Amino acid sequence: MSTLSLTGVSRWYGNVVAVNDISMALGPGVTGLLGPNGAGKTTLLHMMAGFLAPSRGTVTLDDEPTWRNPDVYRRLGLVSEREAVQGFLTAYEFVLASAKLHRLADPAAAARRAIDLVELESAQDRRIGTYSKGMRQRARVAAALVHDPQVLLLDEPFNGMDPRQRLHMMQLLHSLGDAGRTILFSSHILEEVEQVSGTVQVMVAGRLAASGDFRTIRRLMTNRPHVFAVRSTDDRALAVALIAEPSVSGVELDPTGLTVRAGDYGAFTRALPRIALKQGIRVRQLVPSDESLESVFSYLVEA
Amino acid sequence: MSTITWITARGLFGRRRFLLLLPLPLVLLGLAVLCRSLGVDPGEWGPPVLVGLGLAVVLPVVALIVGTGVLGAEIDDGTVVHILTKPLPRWQIVLPKLAVAAGVSAATVALPLYVAGVLADSVRLGLALAVAAALGALAYSALFLALSLVTRRPVLLGLVYVLIWEGLLGNFVSGTKVLSIQQYVIALADRIAPTGLLETTVSVPVASVMTALVSVGFTVLAIDRLRSFSVAGETS
Repeated sequence: MSTLSLTGVSRWYGNVVAVNDISMALGPGVTGLLGPNGAGKTTLLHMMAGFLAPSRGTVTLDDEPTWRNPDVYRRLGLVSEREAVQGFLTAYEFVLASAKLHRLADPAAAARRAIDLVELESAQDRRIGTYSKGMRQRARVAAALVHDPQVLLLDEPFNGMDPRQRLHMMQLLHSLGDAGRTILFSSHILEEVEQVSGTVQVMVAGRLAASGDFRTIRRLMTNRPHVFAVRSTDDRALAVALIAEPSVSGVELDPTGLTVRAGDYGAFTRALPRIALKQGIRVRQLVPSDESLESVFSYLVEA
Repeated sequence: MSTITWITARGLFGRRRFLLLLPLPLVLLGLAVLCRSLGVDPGEWGPPVLVGLGLAVVLPVVALIVGTGVLGAEIDDGTVVHILTKPLPRWQIVLPKLAVAAGVSAATVALPLYVAGVLADSVRLGLALAVAAALGALAYSALFLALSLVTRRPVLLGLVYVLIWEGLLGNFVSGTKVLSIQQYVIALADRIAPTGLLETTVSVPVASVMTALVSVGFTVLAIDRLRSFSVAGETS
């Protein structure tokens, strides 16, 4: 069992602060690192993996620093976001080369086991250059798993995977977590994190915005008021009808249309067509105006 | 053969830029054969072909293509991460890559130079050119390998060194020759096979010491830079 610890870690590039004073300790199990694009997830992962020196603070794996310390790779595996692989190698050659570089006792057996784990046996003798994105991703996961690391870091591992591959990858991460491995994966998609992990670390604008049990955080996220922009044939009449609706907490009338605040996303979107029909109003536009992930996260920061 | 050597060699020969290596040595070879068959006096075609083309252009350019290719290309496309996430002391990554770079460059350049040297003067000159070029290939490879770790534009910087520093300044400011690998190679070749075809102001001891210094110094620099290798994040 290994623990990855970050203490007061910051990283800046010139005037830009990419990661701002983050402390966390990751133990066995699956943890999701959630945050919008540009939040600093990759920078944080690179520091964890020893590919970037923290500008301030320390990153240690079992009390050893990860920076300038290649020995940590005996216990740590990394699947980076850039899907660069030596396309001229077959998956088997690629994973076998990893096993050999790790100086494993039986590299061939280790390579076969890792390829088995990601279900790539049938394609293992084809050049990686001919693979689909998801297959390439699995080949890289196999290479990162070949030495059975205690800690596995994955940067956006579900990118480019089809639903079946996603499911399989999630099961794989789960089983590794259940077996006592420390797994951290980053994602900017809420649903991905929800399905894989119970524990999440949420990053927004370089800071750790929330951490803990996913369900609690998710509840905070779903219970926030949702804002919709609505345009119709009779905005004023619609506003009157809407304010009577329990799921609506506020309506604003302006020259371009209505801004509706709803406490319950589902109830409101079901109620609107019913109300419009009853009033004989035609709804021309319904746009959720704050559905971007950024707003979800910034709400979370304020909560 | 170590796994790093194997991957490096496959990466080098698998990339299309490897084909860039072929034309220059062929031109060198072709010119030497042409001059010889037309009966031109070796005193006239020797210096421009052997030195002006062979040692001043073919050797450094081939070494530049290969030297920046063995690690620089992997840094460019990101595959270097696969090698770096292994518990290997960094010298075990740099030395095999240097060996591949120096070996491939030396083989590519020494052979045509040997033939050209034989055609121009004697087997002894051919051997002298081949040996000196191999030593030069090592020094150049160490330099260009280190360059690919200190800058994101190793090819550009390498070209500036070869064309501006060695090529242009070397002709006007004689002091720059002390820091020119090309001049070391000429001095060493002239020492092994003294002829009137090779001329330089750099002494043999200086050339020997500097070649060793450049080779070792830049290799040490490369190992140290690889230890602190940073992968650029999304914010940079």
